[in-house]
Amino acid sequence: MTNNAVMNDMNKKQESAKKKRMLVRMFSYVFRYKWLAFSAFAVMLISNILALWGPSLSGRAINAIEAESGVDIPKVLYFCIMMIIAYTCSALLSYLNSIIMITLSQKITYTMRKEIFEHLTTLPVSYFDTTATGDIISHISYDVDTVNTSLSTDLLQMGAGIVTVVGSLIMMLTISPIMVTVFLFTIPFSILFTRYKTKKIQPYFKARSGKIGELNGYAEEMLSGQKTIRAYSREDVIISRFDDRNEITTKAYYDAEYHGCVIGPFMNFVNNVSLSLISVLGGVLYLYSITAINPVSFLVIDLGNVASFIQYSRKFAGPINEFGNILNEIQSAMAAAERVFRIIDTPSESADADDAVVLSSVEGDVKLENVKFGYDDTREILHDLSFHAKPGSLVAIVGPTGAGKTTIINLLMRFYDVCGGTVSVDGNKIENVTRESLRGAYTMVLQDTWLFHGTIFENIAYGKEGATREEVIKAAKAAKIDDYIEHLPDGYDTVLSDDGVNISKGQKQLITIARAMLADAPMLILDEATSNVDSRTEHQIQDAMYKLMEGRTCFVIAHRLSTVRNADVILVLKDGDVIEQGSHDDLMEREGGFYRSLYHAQFD
Amino acid sequence: MKLIAKYLRKFIGTMLLGLSIKIVGTLMDLVLPYILAHIVDDVVPKGDRNAIFLWGGFMIVCSVIALVGNIIANRMSAAVARDTTKAIRHDLFKKVMYLSSERLDKLTIPSLESRLTSDTFQIHRVVGMMQRIGVRAPILLIGGIFLTFFLDPVLTLVMVATLPFIGITVFLVSKKGIPMFTEVQKGVDSMTRVVRENAQGVRVVKALSKTDYERRHFDAANRDLVRLEKKASLTMALTNPMMTLFLNIGLAAVILIGAYRVRGGVSEPGVIIAFMSYFTIVTNAMLTITRIFTMMSRGTASANRIAEVLDLEPDLPVMNDLEASPCDGYLVFENVDFSYNKVKNNLTNIDFSLPRGGTLGIIGSTGSGKSTLIQLIMRYYDPDSGRIFIDGKDIRSYEPSELHSRIGIVRQNDFLYNDTIEENIRFGRDISTEEIIKAAKIAQADGFITEKEEGYSHMLTAKGTNVSGGQKQRILIARALASSPSLLILDDSSSALDYKTDATLRGAIRENYSETTTVIVAQRVSSIMNADLILVLEGGKIIASGKHEELMEGCEVYREISDSQLGGAILD
Repeated sequence: MTNNAVMNDMNKKQESAKKKRMLVRMFSYVFRYKWLAFSAFAVMLISNILALWGPSLSGRAINAIEAESGVDIPKVLYFCIMMIIAYTCSALLSYLNSIIMITLSQKITYTMRKEIFEHLTTLPVSYFDTTATGDIISHISYDVDTVNTSLSTDLLQMGAGIVTVVGSLIMMLTISPIMVTVFLFTIPFSILFTRYKTKKIQPYFKARSGKIGELNGYAEEMLSGQKTIRAYSREDVIISRFDDRNEITTKAYYDAEYHGCVIGPFMNFVNNVSLSLISVLGGVLYLYSITAINPVSFLVIDLGNVASFIQYSRKFAGPINEFGNILNEIQSAMAAAERVFRIIDTPSESADADDAVVLSSVEGDVKLENVKFGYDDTREILHDLSFHAKPGSLVAIVGPTGAGKTTIINLLMRFYDVCGGTVSVDGNKIENVTRESLRGAYTMVLQDTWLFHGTIFENIAYGKEGATREEVIKAAKAAKIDDYIEHLPDGYDTVLSDDGVNISKGQKQLITIARAMLADAPMLILDEATSNVDSRTEHQIQDAMYKLMEGRTCFVIAHRLSTVRNADVILVLKDGDVIEQGSHDDLMEREGGFYRSLYHAQFD
Repeated sequence: MKLIAKYLRKFIGTMLLGLSIKIVGTLMDLVLPYILAHIVDDVVPKGDRNAIFLWGGFMIVCSVIALVGNIIANRMSAAVARDTTKAIRHDLFKKVMYLSSERLDKLTIPSLESRLTSDTFQIHRVVGMMQRIGVRAPILLIGGIFLTFFLDPVLTLVMVATLPFIGITVFLVSKKGIPMFTEVQKGVDSMTRVVRENAQGVRVVKALSKTDYERRHFDAANRDLVRLEKKASLTMALTNPMMTLFLNIGLAAVILIGAYRVRGGVSEPGVIIAFMSYFTIVTNAMLTITRIFTMMSRGTASANRIAEVLDLEPDLPVMNDLEASPCDGYLVFENVDFSYNKVKNNLTNIDFSLPRGGTLGIIGSTGSGKSTLIQLIMRYYDPDSGRIFIDGKDIRSYEPSELHSRIGIVRQNDFLYNDTIEENIRFGRDISTEEIIKAAKIAQADGFITEKEEGYSHMLTAKGTNVSGGQKQRILIARALASSPSLLILDDSSSALDYKTDATLRGAIRENYSETTTVIVAQRVSSIMNADLILVLEGGKIIASGKHEELMEGCEVYREISDSQLGGAILD
């Protein structure tokens, strides 16, 4: 065997081991509710038996009609009533079975969605920075649905099927073992074929799940930009690009179905062939039985037995036919499950160290020492950054766009981990502090305002658990947004819907500022917090902002240099390095200084 | 359902062919048992070995026909499902892209998103499924009833008498089911919304340690959805046992009435026995039909949601024969009033005229109506009263594409997407690379773009999360400039730029686009102080207008803003 072949072989083995693990993992969800699944199975069996009892009752009713003494009406009536009772019970049980099954399947769906979402909340910020939102949504809706459709129904069908198959096989063996040999040829044939086919199909199902995620991602992205697209009349271009993806997605669907839809008819075919062979063999054996002078005993068969053997072989074939379809469903479920598990297996933010400290009564002494950082390996953004923010001081970070200002915030909050050097708060390296207490130590107002679908009250109160109405109104007043809110028809109970029309970017910012004012944290981060607020309003909220800053260590990123003049330390950042550092007056004194030139640029 | 039928009509040929093939395949499947019965009952007792082989061979031929027929038919039905879904999705996306802002806001993005994916997917399932299983069952049902009619018409009528009950059950359940599935899809919308919000607001959620809160938030949406799904499924699950029960009660009635008829000498026991075997066929067919109904209810709910969007009459129609502009400004507002909710005016009596090549500066406090004014220029909304003219023509008389092709706009918080920087600037327009680089240079973006390893081919992530706020704005400005628009609108689009870059940028635009009429909405006085006309907005009204110097003299509000930014006296 060549090296390559060995590798291939190993890959194959790994691949199949992986597949098995995934199947096990998929079915482990059912196993969690094993009693529910088991009772569904039991109810189904009883219901089926009752349904089987029906024909025997009707048979006896007919016997009563055929009775030699003439039609026995009371007896017929009796059996008819019994039939109705049996079928009513069967119907009730079958509905009970549906109830259990639906409950089971909804429990699994619920659990899967919950697990995905809860895992999402543990993922690092970088995951969301690099993954299309639409794709994430597709995981939690489409993929979970696909897994679940197959899991709950197919598993039970298979269970019921196996019972039928085994039962009929036993019956057939007792009638004529020799005729069962037909299946020795046809069954391996179908097994080999399905194995070959499923292997071929699997990639198509995988592609299908992936493509629908991509389509979702694209749709989400373009819907978000719809207004801009319209502004540039680019609708047609975007539609044609969407069409390309739509084409690919529907083709992926078609491909999977194109190959998948062969299995069902093929299984059917194999069964039909078996049936034909059995008929021929049965016929020949019967002829042999009656014509041979000294027939070998196990070849002897009478006509009645041929007939019932065929009946049983049809029963035997039924579930096997179904297996073909189920197999298809399981393929598609596995492809979706792989995506579900991929998201669940995406590494979370590294867990807090075992001995991580909970920051309490934070002084606000923040130190960055020789910090190196880049979002990817190819480009370093911060090279060797050091600075010290004393407790209660106001640190302003200025510099041209792209210099790495927002990046510093990402590091302070530990949204990203540094690549070198240390960040510490009150002498604790932030790696040794619990994330929750570290992040809880900051209040943050960002350039990109984020409001959710909910009332204005809820949005402001988001910053503080159990905030009262008075507190919220007080914060809104301080942020000078109270007046606007009071003029809305529903006041604080106005629901902010997605991209609500009536609210401007600046007003959104004021709401997030009110939110920050409620959250009472020892340190404050303002990243262009008022970039969309006009300067008069900004000036009006100035007092409240100062009050907010008072006694807190503050990090402020701003372009309006007037806002940073009062800073204790101004860090002038350029290309990831602090090129100047000092108070406003210090920096203004430097002839040819970068800060000084920035400052003067305002008055060009 | 009407929607699905409308789309299927296009593929009626393929579908009919596929269905015919399917019928052949199905008939082969049905013929087999009869041949089998023939072999056992007639051929074998005759003892003709060759005949046995002959008939056996015939069975295999039938099996092969069934195999090939079913595969071809399945593939054709998959193709029809593919083409239908593709067409519906295309039309829906197209409609959404052209949707007016008002409607987009009302329908909301998460809901439109789930209509585009989840609902179209449901339709895909229904269309595929109906073709695959929707042929055999009706054939068996009608065939079965038809054959029993020859056996004993009276007994057939007894059996048929149960059908109205079944019909009513199906009707009632579907009637209840469709609104329930509509609710389910709405539940999907809400869940989508929560996930979307969390993906977008991850920093805030983490910063405020609201993870548990969001988990509960999601849990509520999840529970709600599961509850709705369960309710709908439980309702639909009623049909199956109900139908079986009705049919079997019918069977009992057949036997009982049959018994009387046998006693009366008008029927025989053999007929009743034969009746029963057909009965099984009819029952099974009915069960399959139930499944189709369940699928259809869900599909109908989804189809209705899609139709709701597709059937929207176009709003903001293009109007012909509108009067030309009474004055010769390039951009003219004539006594414009506008309100979003039609309760309180967001803009009142806006009236100004800006000459070609002029620059308009708009300044005012947060919520004073600056962006609203821009939305009206773009004709995202129509004014409640008053008129707006661009280049002498009422903007309502422009084809939207004609209007928009004149305008280059950068909106607040504008849209970048997952593609190269070059493509983000080009934005699907027919613009050469040279023009793109030129625009990027003027937008002060060329510097940082060429610093990147891949330069203009640098891939942006969705929403441009891998460039800084100021870089984003400069790419967006380059996009607006690239087509050399005759009207350039910058809606607070340099807020993330430092003053120096902002100043250089404005200088470069002035120099290179002197023919271009420019509208600048800004917070900074320095951004607009050189404008030919400055409007000071307050509460949706123009409280003052004029040049910088005039306003410094005559408008206190303006002076205050200016002082706070330029003089810096207040901060000290």
